[in-house]
Amino acid sequence: MKNTATDVLPAEGGLGNEPLLAVDDLHVEFVTRGGLVKAVNGVSYTLQPGETLAVLGESGSGKSVTAQAIMGILDMPPARIPKGEIRFRGTDLLKLPEDAKTQIRGQRIAMIFQDALSALNPVFTVGWQIGEMFRVHRGMSKRDAEKKAVELMDRVRIPAAKARVHDYPHQFSGGMRQRIMIAMSIALDPEVLIADEPTTALDVTVQAQIMELLAELQRESNMGLILITHDLGVVADVADKIAVMYAGRIVENAPVFDIYRHPAHPYSKGLLESIPRVDLKGQELYAIKGLPPNLLNMPTGCAFHPRCPYRQDNCVTDVPELYEISPVRNSACHYWREVLDGTDG
Amino acid sequence: MGRYIIRRLIQAIPVLLGSTLLIFATVFALPGDPIAALAGEKRQDPKVVEVLRDQYHLNDPFFAQYWHYISGVFRGDFGRTYAGVEVSELMAAKFQVTINLAMTALVMEAIIGVGLGLWAALRRGRATDSAILASTLILISVPVLVTGFVLQLLLGVQLKLVTGIDFFPVAGVFDGWRSYLLPGFVLAGTSIAYLTRLTRTSLVETLRADYVRTAIAKGMSRRRVIGRHALRNALIPLVTYLGADLGTLMGGAVITETIFNIQGIGQELFRSVYERQQPVVVGIVTLLVLVYILANLVVDLLYAVLDPRIRYE
Repeated sequence: MKNTATDVLPAEGGLGNEPLLAVDDLHVEFVTRGGLVKAVNGVSYTLQPGETLAVLGESGSGKSVTAQAIMGILDMPPARIPKGEIRFRGTDLLKLPEDAKTQIRGQRIAMIFQDALSALNPVFTVGWQIGEMFRVHRGMSKRDAEKKAVELMDRVRIPAAKARVHDYPHQFSGGMRQRIMIAMSIALDPEVLIADEPTTALDVTVQAQIMELLAELQRESNMGLILITHDLGVVADVADKIAVMYAGRIVENAPVFDIYRHPAHPYSKGLLESIPRVDLKGQELYAIKGLPPNLLNMPTGCAFHPRCPYRQDNCVTDVPELYEISPVRNSACHYWREVLDGTDG
Repeated sequence: MGRYIIRRLIQAIPVLLGSTLLIFATVFALPGDPIAALAGEKRQDPKVVEVLRDQYHLNDPFFAQYWHYISGVFRGDFGRTYAGVEVSELMAAKFQVTINLAMTALVMEAIIGVGLGLWAALRRGRATDSAILASTLILISVPVLVTGFVLQLLLGVQLKLVTGIDFFPVAGVFDGWRSYLLPGFVLAGTSIAYLTRLTRTSLVETLRADYVRTAIAKGMSRRRVIGRHALRNALIPLVTYLGADLGTLMGGAVITETIFNIQGIGQELFRSVYERQQPVVVGIVTLLVLVYILANLVVDLLYAVLDPRIRYE
């Protein structure tokens, strides 16, 4: 018997023991002229309904690539996924046929992009772009879809939504554009929302408003939220747990409170110490020395060893496994005990 | 918008005056005597010559001649040829033929160029893409003179001899719209090649845009992502190219019209320069300049329709 798209779609409702979304030992590589770039090397994380996972890391750490792999929007080729699973309600998305994935994208797993100006289509009105979700996926008429678009624009608190539904993206401010992006992504009540640096392109005051809006929308709908960022300040208030990524791997996994109080990986510790603090005003700001590794020419052993203040001889030769510190915490550092002890708290 | 159009049309007046003056002066400076040319080798009666010279204001100084001509044009009078034919009547007939030819070429260019370009873009890096790119390169490199005669011989003459059916008539434009097909294609040749390449580049670039990725993330089908989200954006630069090309096609028809014996303005312009028919040369060039100006205005207005980021005040 031939499987149709709906046969293989993951069921809704009860989850059993299976998390809402589970990334398991995911590997992503890019075939380039310079050689094979291993962008993601065995990333695993899980997400429950109503939970916010912050994925933290510098540019090139693989955090966005992981998200694009979940959405299935990687350009393949040059990208390829040699290993790993992405289970959504127990179904491996990587094994689904393309038409089934199209059913999930946007409707059940949605994504917000960093730069809303380039991520929105310049030649269509915002109402058309939000309404498209309802017209295409719900078969609504033009008028009903537009009504829905106005409702959504109200919900993300765009002033005078009714008057502005026929405006084009370039006629909005940066913050308002990001709200439109959010309205579009939550249009069909997705179960998982991935926000890829949603506030990076915005002013600090607007950043806070957008984060607040995302947190509020999440509380209302109980969706799982993956927040990708390089900004520790953004995630402290909204995240439940944090996954810190470095050179395509997760180096630390922890509840948000634990990681802020006692980071268990030298890289997380360095990130925390490089946040400006009012009580340390006047002192020189800590900076992690060195540069992120070249993905074409990765260091041996622990990828962080050339920049690490805790480095010992075996760090250069042995890749650290993800050591379990507690049932909810891991650190990929041979000397996580020393790192933990070195933090006061 | 209305004010913008009016302003553009007012701007066209000095352009038209300048171009007419320039062409008028060029023809004025040509050696030879148009009245003497009327009789060929025969001797002319000096009295008749004098009357004719007077009638056509040929004894006036340059600026008086120009003033006489241009004031007539503003009254709708383009003057007469030295053989006594109304220039406006002459041009009306010839322009109709050339407009038909240029429009046939433009439509072919749009359909074939955009079609091949999209096809190549969607098959980028594969054999189809390479084949299309190679054939456009050939079309660009081979001069119209060669493609014109070769196609005329193969499709116009040989095909008729073999099949007995006159698919592509090549003896003037006496067989209706079909007689425009082959010359239209020859005229559009290089433009088709350039438009194909432009279309390909434009779509390939658009497909890399962030908003295309957004459309995929919204769960839109590949067909919709390309057909709606990417194509609307990719078309914008093509409209500019097509509009500007209309002028080129009309002005560039001289060789094609000669090969296919089409009595359009290309042939007429060539003959008039040869015979120093000043009123005809200036009249045709002025109308060509007008076509250029109007085509560019239409392109600019279409731009605002296609791209909402552009607004004219």
